Amino acid sequence: MRFVDEYRDPQAAKELIVAIKRLSDRLGRKLRFMEVCGGHTHTIYRHGLEQLLPEAVEFVHGPGCPVCVIPMGRVDDALWLAAQPGVILTTFGDMMRVPGGHKASLLQAQAAGADVRFVYSPLDALKIARDNPDRQVVFFAVGFETTSPSTAVTVVQADRLGVENFSVFSNHVLIRPPLEAILGTGGLQLDGFIGPGHVATVVGSDHFRFIPAEHGLPIVITGFEPLDILQAVDMLLSQYRDGRCEVENQYARVVLPGGNPEALRLLGEVFTLRETFEWRGLGYIPLSGYGLAPRYQRFDAERRFQVPGRRQADHPACQCGLVLTGQLKPWECRVFGKGCTPEDPIGTCMVSPEGACAAYFNYGRLHREAAAAFA
Amino acid sequence: MSEVITLAHGAGGKATAKLIDEVFITAFGAANPGELADAAVLATGARSAFTTDSYVVSPIRFPGGSIGDLAVNGTVNDLAVSGAIAQYLSAGFVIEEGLEMEELGAIVADMAAAAAAAGVRIVTGDTKVVPKGAADQLFINTAGLGTVPEGRELGATRAQPGDAVILSGPIAAHGMAVMLARGNLALEADIRTDSAPINHLVEALYQALDPGDVRWMRDPTRGGLATVANELAKGSGHAVLLEDEAIPVETAVRGACDMLGIDPLYVANEGRLVAVVADDAAQAAVSALQAAGAPQPGVIGQIRPGPEGVVAIRNAFGGTRLVDMLVGDPLPRIC
Repeated sequence: MRFVDEYRDPQAAKELIVAIKRLSDRLGRKLRFMEVCGGHTHTIYRHGLEQLLPEAVEFVHGPGCPVCVIPMGRVDDALWLAAQPGVILTTFGDMMRVPGGHKASLLQAQAAGADVRFVYSPLDALKIARDNPDRQVVFFAVGFETTSPSTAVTVVQADRLGVENFSVFSNHVLIRPPLEAILGTGGLQLDGFIGPGHVATVVGSDHFRFIPAEHGLPIVITGFEPLDILQAVDMLLSQYRDGRCEVENQYARVVLPGGNPEALRLLGEVFTLRETFEWRGLGYIPLSGYGLAPRYQRFDAERRFQVPGRRQADHPACQCGLVLTGQLKPWECRVFGKGCTPEDPIGTCMVSPEGACAAYFNYGRLHREAAAAFA
Repeated sequence: MSEVITLAHGAGGKATAKLIDEVFITAFGAANPGELADAAVLATGARSAFTTDSYVVSPIRFPGGSIGDLAVNGTVNDLAVSGAIAQYLSAGFVIEEGLEMEELGAIVADMAAAAAAAGVRIVTGDTKVVPKGAADQLFINTAGLGTVPEGRELGATRAQPGDAVILSGPIAAHGMAVMLARGNLALEADIRTDSAPINHLVEALYQALDPGDVRWMRDPTRGGLATVANELAKGSGHAVLLEDEAIPVETAVRGACDMLGIDPLYVANEGRLVAVVADDAAQAAVSALQAAGAPQPGVIGQIRPGPEGVVAIRNAFGGTRLVDMLVGDPLPRIC
């Protein structure tokens, strides 16, 4: 398949692994790189990349799994919306299994009779609204700048078509604030970032200049195939070898320095920054979430319904926050694989296939020694 | 207006008799010609295999097949991978009021064609009609009876370290074909179900191999290849190592899976055979499957002594990952 097979080419991968080993030996020090995106975490475990790289290169999993950062209170609000008479609640498939307080999820609400439907695009939700004019259709929107433009397009279209029974429960968030929060955390020794490729298609690679400029760390904007990630590691090591510290773009086949100006314009038109927004594991971060701009407020589910705005403390045993900020490896969490499994998750990191815990649980529980037994 | 199924068709009266006669007997023939009794009286061999399965797929038609051929192939295949020679099937229909007679006729014709292809007879059946909303168009239950020739002993515990894991063709087509046929994905691709009987593949294996060299067989339906591999690993007390590159996936299927964030290893198949055979019989097994018309047979992995119960897959550049049981329904990831 074009554009996929070339990024899974075994020969090229083997050569890159050799080059990385050589560079890593030459640098002679341990380097910890945070992969920001859940998609990266997924690829790293799914393709067993961790065991292929020298032990001196360590991946630290970051906060870029959109499902994982949704606090339980917001899930409870979505459950409340789904329970309102006449409401069809629509959302991305990943959100369906995320537990709110009391471990209830949208999937369970659906089984109990609520009309919850999963969609691949907010435009599908709009179509459901047009097909069901006597129902209220709410789109439970989550995601970084990767998905917020499609929500924005949908809201503009709802406005244009006058689809009054459609609204958005916005949980869209921005990529920069959590990175700032993590970089402000003491004690987290990071040596660089594998930067979020999909978000960067919208915000542009230049958006991440603050990382080298203000925090003195290199970042490589990276695609999602195994070769992309290997190449990014090679580029980060090369920056160390050359004494450089900059934003580099490995994902140049889709990412431009300035991103997607039309998408950015739409975000500016449809959304407004909330004063503050709660993140799972990171707490409240100022100016980190998108609400609907005044011009589109009639499509705001939080205004149309008396959404309770529940606040729900995380399960006392759950350590998602530490995992999301790279302070804890999934298997170091005290409930990992015991109280918290993909079948019966306590934390969001165990729900989404892009969550670090689920990725590790599903694919990664083969340590170097066990993997060697299969070599 | 075209003729539709009504509650009267399930009431046991004239309409029922007409339905049985005109739709079912016409398609399947009578077990004991001239007489419709409450049970079919059959002559079976001494060692029998007996299985049942219900089919509730939605939509009832999808590219390359329908609930009808699925209901026959699924049950035939369950018998086949038990080492049995499938002979007789029952068919129970739960029909939602309002189903068009023509649609029912077409589905029943698919069943008859599938039964003919597999060399089995549908000899007994039942029809119930339920009010609108109580079922989704049509549910079919089939049970199957077959005989198991002497010398055929199968089981995960028979798998030995070093044995080869064999697969008959590309995976994940059925599940993706049905998913796309639901039409709510805004994704179009030319993906057809792999629904097919595999009993002739099983017979070809037994003809080519010493029966003792065939250790274990499965038909990787719901939960896909990954799920049956896990059953094998857990049942055998050994490990199963799969080779990513050796497992064929059609380009369109792989593209759709990639786009939806679904791992083809977990997607349902309805016409594939997975078998464990003795290592020195592996090549003969692949050749036999090839000769019997398997679309792309090959060795896809090996039984390893341990770690006990583990399934791992090795990719082209040497990375190895765990392949766990499927949890829940595969839901697409969002970015």
